[in-house]
Amino acid sequence: MQATSHAGYAGNHDHDSHGHPTGWKRWVTTTNHKDIGTMYLWFSFVMFLVGGAMSLIIRAELFAPGLQYVSPEFYNQMLTLHALIMVFGAIMPAFVGFANWMIPMMIGASDMAFARLNNWSFWLLPPAAILLTASLFMPGGAAGTGWTLYPPLSVQMGMGMDMAIFAVHILGMSSIMGSINIVTTILNLRTPGMTLMKMPLFCWTWLVTGFLLIASMPILAGAVTMLLTDRHFGTSFFAAAGGGDPVLFQHIFWFFGHPEVYIIALPAFGVVSHVIPAFSRKPLFGYASMVYAIAAIGLISFFVWAHHMYVTGIPLTGQLYFMYATMLIAVPTGVKVFNWVTTMWRGSLTFETPMLFALGFLVLFTIGGLTGLVLAMTAVDIQLQDTYYVVAHFHYVMVAGALFSAYAGLYFWLPKWTGHMYNEKLGKLHFWLSMIFFNIAFFPQHFLGLAGMPRRIPDYAQQFADFNVISGIGAFGFGFSQLLVLVIVFQAVKGGAKASSRPWDGAHGLEWTVPSPAPYHTFEDPPVFNQAEAHG
Amino acid sequence: MLCGTAPTLSGEREKMARHSNNDHDSKRLRTRFTGRLFAGLLGLLSSAANAAWELNLQEPVTATARRVYELHSLLLWVIAVIFVGVFAVVAYSLVFHRKSKGHKPATFHDNTAVELAWTIVPTLILIAIAFPATSALVDMRDTSQPDVTVKVTGYQWKWGYEYLTGDAAGIKYMSVLSTPRDQIENKAPKGEHYLLEVDHPLVVPVGKKVRILTTANDVIHNWSVPAFAVKTDAVPGFLRDTWFRAEKEGTYRGQCSELCGKDHGFMPVVVEVVSEEKYAAWVADQKQQMAAVAEDPNKAWTLEEQVALGEKVYTANCAACHQANGEGLPPAFPALNGSKIATGPQQAHLELVINGKPGTAMAAFGGQLSDTDIAAVVAYERNAWTNKLGEVIQPADVKALRGK
Repeated sequence: MQATSHAGYAGNHDHDSHGHPTGWKRWVTTTNHKDIGTMYLWFSFVMFLVGGAMSLIIRAELFAPGLQYVSPEFYNQMLTLHALIMVFGAIMPAFVGFANWMIPMMIGASDMAFARLNNWSFWLLPPAAILLTASLFMPGGAAGTGWTLYPPLSVQMGMGMDMAIFAVHILGMSSIMGSINIVTTILNLRTPGMTLMKMPLFCWTWLVTGFLLIASMPILAGAVTMLLTDRHFGTSFFAAAGGGDPVLFQHIFWFFGHPEVYIIALPAFGVVSHVIPAFSRKPLFGYASMVYAIAAIGLISFFVWAHHMYVTGIPLTGQLYFMYATMLIAVPTGVKVFNWVTTMWRGSLTFETPMLFALGFLVLFTIGGLTGLVLAMTAVDIQLQDTYYVVAHFHYVMVAGALFSAYAGLYFWLPKWTGHMYNEKLGKLHFWLSMIFFNIAFFPQHFLGLAGMPRRIPDYAQQFADFNVISGIGAFGFGFSQLLVLVIVFQAVKGGAKASSRPWDGAHGLEWTVPSPAPYHTFEDPPVFNQAEAHG
Repeated sequence: MLCGTAPTLSGEREKMARHSNNDHDSKRLRTRFTGRLFAGLLGLLSSAANAAWELNLQEPVTATARRVYELHSLLLWVIAVIFVGVFAVVAYSLVFHRKSKGHKPATFHDNTAVELAWTIVPTLILIAIAFPATSALVDMRDTSQPDVTVKVTGYQWKWGYEYLTGDAAGIKYMSVLSTPRDQIENKAPKGEHYLLEVDHPLVVPVGKKVRILTTANDVIHNWSVPAFAVKTDAVPGFLRDTWFRAEKEGTYRGQCSELCGKDHGFMPVVVEVVSEEKYAAWVADQKQQMAAVAEDPNKAWTLEEQVALGEKVYTANCAACHQANGEGLPPAFPALNGSKIATGPQQAHLELVINGKPGTAMAAFGGQLSDTDIAAVVAYERNAWTNKLGEVIQPADVKALRGK
């Protein structure tokens, strides 16, 4: 066991002959970054299906005015768990999975810096997921506060709330340890010659994301701990009657919550920054400015939190400051979009599934970014806060942004992981179904929000009925289309056309110099880094 | 005190977003026309008789809301132009720079001048937008020199209105959803203002600056009326303020806009904007009714009288959680029928209703209900369903307990 986590074995060694456990023990005890990456990805996909099923319960209830299938309390629990599971259980672990699989191979390292910590980071996730989902079956049900867990409402909740708090603690520990691992790996284990400014962009996005997580996760943990002591130990951090302030929680929560948005978005930017150049057969335009933009976004993300709180009664000067700071973040984000567009310009484009998802990301994330600019304007935001416009906005950023980018990464790297090409026809079908149904589901929600439909309501006035029907049809179509991923991945794992070590002719980077499927141990000796594989 | 009957002045000039007029400036007309065209096309596809394909913000009825509307329209144009500009370039690439058309890739990957340009130009656009955005916001926050001030208190799940200044000072009542339960449960056809109707709306005079002070009794709520561009959190223990000056008479509807628990979707905001004469008449009428129903604290209640009043109070304040049949929604909202509290010592029952139960959704009704109402509702709970205790509770008993 001990030996396998050490470097120094030849890449073609059969690891089993060194007493490496097999069967389920292999997965429980593994310290191999590829095994752990695989587990992260499967975990996130399972959670994605669970969270997705919850969203379909929400959309089914909203299909027509009146209460149909679920009670308002259960509806609130669904929308809370849907968000917590999607953010902490699906999207974040998916990108940690990519980081585990790809970062060591991209920088020519044999494994992650802290291999055992890596194992623990993953295995903390299932207990947290169980806590979250099991809270549904507790007396009083799960937390029904929305993922923002605002007190005093969260103080009223039953035991499900405590389970959600502990789940957040555990998920936070997992994220902090994972981030320390990734940051250390990137800073210390790069192959000789790979300076920071020659590093693949995915590593850059994760380096910044790692710091964002290390800085923001303890803040969330602090906030929910204060909530816990308010609930059970007689403190009054958030209770006015005891000298506290409910809005204090919102400040602390969003001081974590806004960086969290970029924790999700930055690795997505990283994936797209690999896929677009590969299928444009042209180097990424403006590598250096991309790096500066990532760093700028990461930094500014800590200074805009109260734009989630424009209606809480913060002073006018506060509103003005947060409006200007939020507008500022549009500049580096714009730079990134322009760089991707210019990368494609005068390239030699082909449209395999990864590229389709990257293009889908580009279009839809830009829409989400532009509606974000609308929402940055405090006066307009006051009209749109807590309406479906906001729901549409963040689903364009989170689903079309992060999820589409994750799919781009999945199809891009699947041949490297499995050694087989996936079914291109099914992949394209998956993209087009996702693209079409996503827009049917979420675009009409902009109109609902403008017309004044509040979010987080189980029933609505009749003038909102028609767009909700359309949105419901889109949501169900989108949800069931995602099952195609299972088929495609299973097919690629089982067989299919053999993938060469570099299945995409435009792809560059050390990860494409190793065979497909990538051997269990790669780069036990640091590879020679030549200019052809550099990104800068 | 649940103040008897605030007269509803609805019926005239009902203003739902979809009944929009055509009297706005040309810029908005254009936006709206495009919207209508799109809506019309969609409408052709739909067989729904009363389809409402509203595509834009509700028609503003205050100067502030109009500024917000115009700011949003401006932003919509800006982002549309940016989007079309960027994706025209992308579309050109997708069509002409394909490998399948034999396009050979260029090798350029840096250009400082271009990078500087697309950093500086967006910054300039943002600075230009910041001016109207700032002035609209400054105007929105100026709550000075109001003509009428109303304190709005959010409760789970209703609104309390209390007029603080002017002739109406002292008028105070609760505003509760009036949509019948049968409509929500799909047992009866839904009315025109399904979920957007209340028993006693807020009544304000047209053309006057109304300052709204918000606070809450239990959790954070949000008092919102889109036609006024008003949306302010009601935070327990704190006062926030906002204002509007409605330019047209009519009924304007909004909803609670901060998740506040089970019935968050069922606590609408309805504001009646009326002429000054009607407002004066309404104020006089309210004052008269308040005097008429002023309670005689020494009145001796009979069981029938008290249970009849108690049932009304129960329906308005308790039934949302504990249910009309007293069975509750356990475990979050316990049953009262046969419960230990409702069949146990009277004093403990009264104290629970007066002081609430901290850490749960059970509110302290001592501040919301009069002695008479509390006595009645507790008497009702102790005599309804299978709880046939036969107890009459005198308001004086409630008064005695309040001090404790």
